[in-house]
Amino acid sequence: MTRSALLVLADGRFPAGGHAHSGGAEAAVKAGRVRDAASLEAFCRGRLHTAGLTAAGLAAGAALGLDLHELDAAADARTPSPALRAAARRLGRQLMRAARATWPGPGLDALAAAFPRGAHQPVVLGVTARAAGLGPEDAAHCAAYEAVGGPATATVRLLGLDPYRATAVLARLAPEMDEVAARATAAAREGVDALPAASAPLLDITAEQHAAWPVRLFAS
Amino acid sequence: MSLRATARIAAGADGSLPVLESDGPLALRRTRAAAPGWSRVTVVGAMSAPLGGDRLAIETEVRDGARLRVDSAAATLALPGRDPAPAAYDLRLRVGAAASLRWLPEQLVSAHGSHLRVRTAVELAPTARLVLREEQVLGRHGEPPGTLVSRLTVRRAGRPLLDQELAYGPGAPGGWDGGAVLAGHRATGQLLVVEPAYGEEPPAARPLGEHAVLTPLAGPAALVTAVAPDALALRRILDAALAELAPE
Repeated sequence: MTRSALLVLADGRFPAGGHAHSGGAEAAVKAGRVRDAASLEAFCRGRLHTAGLTAAGLAAGAALGLDLHELDAAADARTPSPALRAAARRLGRQLMRAARATWPGPGLDALAAAFPRGAHQPVVLGVTARAAGLGPEDAAHCAAYEAVGGPATATVRLLGLDPYRATAVLARLAPEMDEVAARATAAAREGVDALPAASAPLLDITAEQHAAWPVRLFAS
Repeated sequence: MSLRATARIAAGADGSLPVLESDGPLALRRTRAAAPGWSRVTVVGAMSAPLGGDRLAIETEVRDGARLRVDSAAATLALPGRDPAPAAYDLRLRVGAAASLRWLPEQLVSAHGSHLRVRTAVELAPTARLVLREEQVLGRHGEPPGTLVSRLTVRRAGRPLLDQELAYGPGAPGGWDGGAVLAGHRATGQLLVVEPAYGEEPPAARPLGEHAVLTPLAGPAALVTAVAPDALALRRILDAALAELAPE
């Protein structure tokens, strides 16, 4: 593996469209549930251990070479909100375009051919990690970091939160991101049926409300 | 002293209950069904369990063409026991071809100091119908909650339809009470309706007030997800959804 490839893939500037999504933070800000650094940290910690863990498991599984159709069906079953399923497939398509240009190879070609409408983003992320010469732990780390990096960056824009404080939130969560990535990878090694399915009721509830807003800053 | 108990139910298409086995604190009673053609079983007496270390299970088989409603006489109260190990409650539900199951128990209350793992595993035939309600209450009145990890896995025709795990309480990973997960709400629940006809015409996603949502799943099923300040407010939301989606 090359550590630099991991930095390229995890970089917020990697052109995969993630910056357009707040990970539920926009709805949480509007509802007053995220209003400062402390409530952002609680939001991100909850998202990390639920949606983040679940995505990390799927990504690790894809990087390990588990059956992609089974992984995509597992992702559907773990995503009851149609707005979030649509967002995950849109992000999957965007990541696929960037990844095939960045690390072209048969793995990504096969995934694109198998899922013309796009696969769930964590599945594409795992296959991308493999194409970049990275391992399942790396894919899981990327997914865990994305789960909190997106909401933190979005909250800086939504609330005008001090970016130093938002970044400090991410730094404080770093040990838990490591734990989540390790847990997700260990589960993925047991197979698709053992993948985590941690869920967050409020993320599912607010995703549909948010998708119906006539004007919003973020796509999800 | 922790205990192990497995109760078993099987329902037949002729309205019979060929298997109805109580075990330990899980006492099963055949009760009078409100709808013609249905069998009904009520779980009584599970009130004081599960305690720490207990391993309880209910296995339910709804055979081809059968229609069964299962409910409970009272809320299930997870309590701390002398055994520090988590208690386990396993529900294994199988619904056969053209069979229907309405699984409508009372709430699960996580008392302070309790630690319970619930696994609900449902296997559905392609033509099976299911109505399943789950309600979790975080502590008795005015007390902080115990720890609960509750996994719900539903497979239809061998494929995953819904797979979710909720974790809260002092033994759960952090952030469960933050703005992404429960945000101070003290009750949460789900109502799942699996209906083969939804394959043609699924219900549209829509909010049910500010703290609940109706969502069509990727398969022929709809899920209501809700959070509420207390058990009563939660039940009101889920009852309204039940009356609309799957009246008895």
